[in-house]
Amino acid sequence: MQKFTIRIENTGEHYACTDKRSVLESMEALGKKGIPVGCRQGGCGVCKVQVLEGQYLRRVMSRAHVSAEEEQDGCVLSCRIYPASDLRVSVVGAMKKNVCRPLAPPPNPQPMNQPS
Amino acid sequence: MAMTGVLRPGHAQIRVLDLEESVRWYTDVMGLVPMGRDGQGRAYFKTRNERDHNSVVLRQADEAGIDFFAFKVLDQATLEDFDRKLQAYGVKTERIPAGELLETGERVRFQIPTGHSIELYAHKTDVGNGKGYNDPDVDVLDGPGIRPIRMDHCLLYGADIEGSLKLFTEVLGFTLVERVKLEDGKTDLAIWITCSAKAHDIAFVRHAEDGKLHHVSFQMPSWESVLRAADIMSVNRVSIDIGPTRHGITQGTTIYFFDPSGNRLETFCGGYDHYPDMHPITWSWEEVGRGIFYHDRKLNDAFLSVVT
Repeated sequence: MQKFTIRIENTGEHYACTDKRSVLESMEALGKKGIPVGCRQGGCGVCKVQVLEGQYLRRVMSRAHVSAEEEQDGCVLSCRIYPASDLRVSVVGAMKKNVCRPLAPPPNPQPMNQPS
Repeated sequence: MAMTGVLRPGHAQIRVLDLEESVRWYTDVMGLVPMGRDGQGRAYFKTRNERDHNSVVLRQADEAGIDFFAFKVLDQATLEDFDRKLQAYGVKTERIPAGELLETGERVRFQIPTGHSIELYAHKTDVGNGKGYNDPDVDVLDGPGIRPIRMDHCLLYGADIEGSLKLFTEVLGFTLVERVKLEDGKTDLAIWITCSAKAHDIAFVRHAEDGKLHHVSFQMPSWESVLRAADIMSVNRVSIDIGPTRHGITQGTTIYFFDPSGNRLETFCGGYDHYPDMHPITWSWEEVGRGIFYHDRKLNDAFLSVVT
C-alpha cells in the first residue's frame, strides 16, 4: 500500500491518501475539508475536481456530470479516483459543472481500473 | 378511499454504472433476492418478504438515476379506467406490453409534471414469500444483508410539484399527508402523498432540474433493525448520507445511504397511519430542519443538492 499527498489548490489544504482510498474518502476520513461531499459513488457530480498534476486510477463515473472529454482532461469526480502519485487538484464541484476547462496540461490518464 | 384503485408502489427501475458490482451489492449488502435477468440484461430483485416477482430492476447505464417508478392497481379494469382518466385529464399515456418486464403484465406509462416516468400495472406473478398461504410460519428475516420488508416509497425532485400533486390527487386518488412551505409561507417546497393509509407512498421536493431521484426507500421491521442496517453498512463501507436518525415529517426512523452508483436509498421504520379524512400537516420554512431530520434539527448540505 502506497501513500501519497493530495493538495487542494483552492484552499491550500493537504492530506495523505493511500492508493486504496479515493481522494474524497481520504479527505473525509481525516476530517479535512475543501471538496464538497455528495454521494461518494460517482453518481451525483458534487465532488468534481480538475486534476492539475499527478497520476491516478479511476473508476466509472456518471456521464451526466463528467463527459468523456472532461475525463480525459483530468476533470473527474474525486470519489472515483485513487492516487498513483502525489496529486494537485482544484475544486470544480456541482456549482460549476459544465464550465470545467483544463487549467493546466492534462495528466496522463490511466486506464480505467478497479483499485486492487 | 378504500383500497380499490392504486394499491401500492410496485417496482422501481434504477440506473447503475456497473451492473455486476451493483448486483452483488443489492444481493449481499441490501439482502434482496435476485429474481433473474431479462434479454436486455436488466437484473431483477425482490425482498424476501414481498410476494410479487420483482420490485427493484437494475439497468446498466452511463448515468445514475431512476428510469421509472410504478404502482400496482387493483385489476385490469382499474388499469383501463385510470388510462382513460389520465387521457381525459390531458396526460399522454403509453402501453408497455405484458412481459416487457419479467413476470409483469401490461403497463400504462406516463410522464408527470416533474418530469418522471410513472407506470401503473395490474398484474405481476405472485411467487410468494416462501412461507406459503396455508398455516405459514413467521419470517424472522434473519441471515446476511439488510433484508428490508418491502420497497416502500420514493422521493422525487423536479420543478412543478404542484402539477404532480394535482395529477396524483385528482386523477389517481392520492391524498396529501404532509407538506413543507417555502419562506413565503405559501409555496410548497415539498409534499408527501399516499394512495393507501401509509404516511407516504411517494413524495416530491421542488428542484430546478426535472426527473431527478432523491431516494428509493425500503421498510424495516423495527428501529433496532434500522440500527442493525447501519452496522451492516459500516461493515461493508457503504456511503452513508445521514443517520440513523428520525424524520419529523412522517415521524419515521431512517438512514439515507447510497448504492454503488450514487443512487440514494433509505432504510426506514415507523411513521403513522394516514386516512383521507385526516388534516394534512404543514411545516414552516423555519422548522424545515427539524421536519426533515428530527434529531439534528437542521438540513444537511446533501438533502437539497445531492440527487441522481
